[in-house]
Amino acid sequence: MTVAATTKTGVRPSWAGRRPHAPTWVGTVPFLAYVAIFLLWPTGIVVIDALKNPDGAWAFSNVSEFGNPLIRGYFIGSFKLCLLSAAAGSVLGAILAYAVASGDPDGLIRRLYLSVSGVLAQFGGVTLAFAFLVTIGPVGLLFHASWYFDFPWGIGLIYTYFQIPLMVLVFMPAIDGLKVQWREASENLGSSAWQYWRYVGGPLLAPAFLGGALLLFANALSAFATIQAWENQIAYIVPQQISTAMSSEVGLSSVNEASLLALGLVIMVAVVMTIYALLQRRAARWLR
Amino acid sequence: MAAITSVGETPIAAPAGRPRGMQAGRRRRLNTFRYVVFTLFGAFFLIPLLAMLRFSLEGAKLGTWSLSAWRQIASYQGSGIPPLLSSIEITLELAVITCAVMLVLLVPTMIWVQLRVRWLTRTIEVLCLLPLTIPAIVLVVGLGEIYNRIQRFSLSALMLFWIYVILALPYAYRALAAGLGGIDVKTLSEAARSLGASWFTVIVRVIAPNMRQGILNAVLLTFSLVLGEFTIAYLLLYTNLQVELYSISRNTPNAGVLFSTSFAALLFAFALLMILSYAGRGRRRSRG
Repeated sequence: MTVAATTKTGVRPSWAGRRPHAPTWVGTVPFLAYVAIFLLWPTGIVVIDALKNPDGAWAFSNVSEFGNPLIRGYFIGSFKLCLLSAAAGSVLGAILAYAVASGDPDGLIRRLYLSVSGVLAQFGGVTLAFAFLVTIGPVGLLFHASWYFDFPWGIGLIYTYFQIPLMVLVFMPAIDGLKVQWREASENLGSSAWQYWRYVGGPLLAPAFLGGALLLFANALSAFATIQAWENQIAYIVPQQISTAMSSEVGLSSVNEASLLALGLVIMVAVVMTIYALLQRRAARWLR
Repeated sequence: MAAITSVGETPIAAPAGRPRGMQAGRRRRLNTFRYVVFTLFGAFFLIPLLAMLRFSLEGAKLGTWSLSAWRQIASYQGSGIPPLLSSIEITLELAVITCAVMLVLLVPTMIWVQLRVRWLTRTIEVLCLLPLTIPAIVLVVGLGEIYNRIQRFSLSALMLFWIYVILALPYAYRALAAGLGGIDVKTLSEAARSLGASWFTVIVRVIAPNMRQGILNAVLLTFSLVLGEFTIAYLLLYTNLQVELYSISRNTPNAGVLFSTSFAALLFAFALLMILSYAGRGRRRSRG
């Protein structure tokens, strides 16, 4: 499509002299149109629907439904789960990333862990819930965890399975960016390993670490498949309730509940990602 | 064990990176730490997968071994849901279509922007990374109405590719941007243009072949994303592989075929990413 738009001058050079060229940005129109239709438009629909009644009249008072204890419960559930899995995932992921990064940069272990992380970070989905079900679930081979179906703990553990690899992927560049000279300098000045991490390495990595943790938080916020396969009877988190609201009419009858919940979700993710972007900018200043 | 391996490893694989200047004692402690970490995390990542593998090889009686679940992949048919094989087919077709559309949409646009419309670079980047901020489930809420209307014409699940392209944008964009950054676009295009090439030739036959590593990365990431997608298909009532697995698990908990199919899909994704990692050898990949 873009190709067609951009070929004109080449295929028919006779035009070139006679007619003014189309502005160059015309070549990007197909892409912009596609994104507008399938990304911006649906998002716009969600925002508008959230502020309307089912009968189509504007109702800005819908926002007050965020105070509804039922609705608030889903957001609190989402928050708990994301906090737990992001905290565990980022700490453990950072440790693993450091262990991997301190080895041979072209070695087998690094290559293996990076590709495995690439796969496992994407390995959310229903499959992951199956894998844990047969490991520690009621039919588990390893042991039968009595807390497997407890809300933040069981599913939180399952979430760390894709959160840790994601942290490895996003944190690795930061660790690679630590310069040898900084360590050598601090050792020459007589610092211990603890002092190096406390006063040099730690502060340098802190923005990247927090940024990674926030990315994990946002990642868990929108995850839906795994928790749906884990437990589909009770809605604990926002995406589950969106799914319920979409497939049934029960719920807040005066509000487009799915849209309202979706709007809340977008706001939450947007806040987190904004902080993430600010932290990344700060980190980028050092780790070049 | 750790000490032995570390002695063996240090001289051969002395990393080009940071720890070269480290004192021997510190180096040994670091290696012990690394191997402990690798063992623990390796176990955490492997055990659920092995449990899944074991369950896929479970015979009719508990504790026996059989390949029947693997043979069932080709023939499994749950009651009230489409046959497993058909949904595997659809998912693979979806993956191919999504990759093709993504390439046609994104590659020419990115090259064109780089060449002629520099001032749009930032806009395109923001638009491409936006799907990270807007969870898939929100898009579904917005698109649900539109898709439901289209569904009256009983279109196949292949129509999902319209949204999947959007989901793939952030990953594809980053891969392609890395590929594009590695070549001197300006010189190449000036050379080609001065030899009389049309813009079409410049983009398709000169620049695109030079960024094939980036294109390969983008394709593989998109492919594995489509293989694992659940949320959108499930909520729009289409059946792809993950939705099929979910339905099977609702009908027949712990059906062996669940685990064999999941494991096969995972191996497939892993093989793809391994190809990526080896094809990209010698060049540093950066994600996140």
